[in-house]
Amino acid sequence: MLAPSSLLPLELHEVVLAVGKRRIIDGISMLLETGPRTVIIGPNGAGKSVLLRLCHGLLRPTSGTIRWTSLEPSDGPRRQAMVFQRPVLLRRTALANVAYALAIGGVPRAQRTSRALDALRKVGLEHVADRAARVLSGGEQQRLALARAWALSPEVLFLDEPTASLDPGATHEIEKGIAAIHASGTKIVLVTHNLGQARRLGDEILFLHQGRIAERAPVEQFFRQPASNEAAQFLEGELPW
Amino acid sequence: MNSLSEATFQAAQLVAGGDHKLVEIVLLSLRVSLTAVFVACLIGLPFGAAIAVSRFPGRRSLIVVLNALMGLPPVVVGLVVYLLLSRAGPLGSAGLLFTPSAMIIAQAILIVPIVAALSRQVVEDAWQEYREQLRSLGESRLGAAATLLWDVRFSLVTIVLAGFGRAAAEVGAVMIVGGNIDGVTRVMTTAIALETSKGDLPLALGLGFILLTIVLALNAAAYVVKETAQKRYG
Repeated sequence: MLAPSSLLPLELHEVVLAVGKRRIIDGISMLLETGPRTVIIGPNGAGKSVLLRLCHGLLRPTSGTIRWTSLEPSDGPRRQAMVFQRPVLLRRTALANVAYALAIGGVPRAQRTSRALDALRKVGLEHVADRAARVLSGGEQQRLALARAWALSPEVLFLDEPTASLDPGATHEIEKGIAAIHASGTKIVLVTHNLGQARRLGDEILFLHQGRIAERAPVEQFFRQPASNEAAQFLEGELPW
Repeated sequence: MNSLSEATFQAAQLVAGGDHKLVEIVLLSLRVSLTAVFVACLIGLPFGAAIAVSRFPGRRSLIVVLNALMGLPPVVVGLVVYLLLSRAGPLGSAGLLFTPSAMIIAQAILIVPIVAALSRQVVEDAWQEYREQLRSLGESRLGAAATLLWDVRFSLVTIVLAGFGRAAAEVGAVMIVGGNIDGVTRVMTTAIALETSKGDLPLALGLGFILLTIVLALNAAAYVVKETAQKRYG
């Protein structure tokens, strides 16, 4: 069987998202390619989460185009996934939550349980497989959300501040998971407010400011010597978060 | 006051003695109302959930109408069903008038709007919370409706009870389409109305007690089930 042609690169051309007169995303053109982990940072209200949702197809741009290299079938399983800041889990067991995503993803019934268990094992949650998802701790819930996305083996994984409300231990677990998902060949696009996390997980930084890309640079270079004024100010803590 | 205490005493005797006539009436009541709730849920739950997750022109008007229909007067429903099922009516050939089936139909019509309107509200609240995640997973709208319906199942218990309460308590619709025929279509509410007008207060009161007890027991059971399940699933 032929492998499906890659979704990537993802091309954005002059993308604008306006709500009333306010342009939340104000003319972004960029190319997201296979490989490097892209970390999007920027002050509050810069449009980071909105940009992620546009890329993932949860929002439609007011103008401009967002084009994947190969199209996802409109009624078939998706080849991209997203992990949100607050995990949204169904009132079922942890295992059933992952299996549910696999069912939508078109995985045959006979394979779902073993694949779901496998994903839970990867995030260290196999011991709570039969527990109700919503009574797990915050960190476990987010790991479960990560496992759910991982089980789908997406080509691209979007993450919107996945550790924003977690303690350091849980954050570490999530970061380990993200690194492993990247190692398995998935493109990572991560929005974060945590600059340490951006350094640890990023290959390249996309710095957003007022709905535009103010700077895009490899992570080392960005933190050593940001080229844009806005980024320099942001790193010095002069721009509001 | 005296007649009330006397009636209460006699009613207790009737209930304790398991009076044959009484049992028959109670069983028919349960059969009619529970079946009506079941049918109404089959129609109302998917309908409410589908409205919750879809967007179409006229949606708001539909919701307003649905909410208003929760207050549908039983006698009006009874009358309409009567006209439909009567010999000359469009469904007259089925010969359903003055049978328990006619009563089930009337009560189901009465509570479909309750089940649909309340489940629409509950599912829509859940949809607000889940929408992005379900769309991200690639779930279709109808798939989402089914998923959400299952996810809010503990809240639906209350809705089903509201429907059952309405069905078990109404007298107007079953009176008109059932005819309160002794041994055939006599249920608790129609019997209470009849016995009261005949002056047989003990039987009427006994039936009233049973009606209250059944509704109370069902609610208590549902509450316990809901609490336990909610604690388990969050």
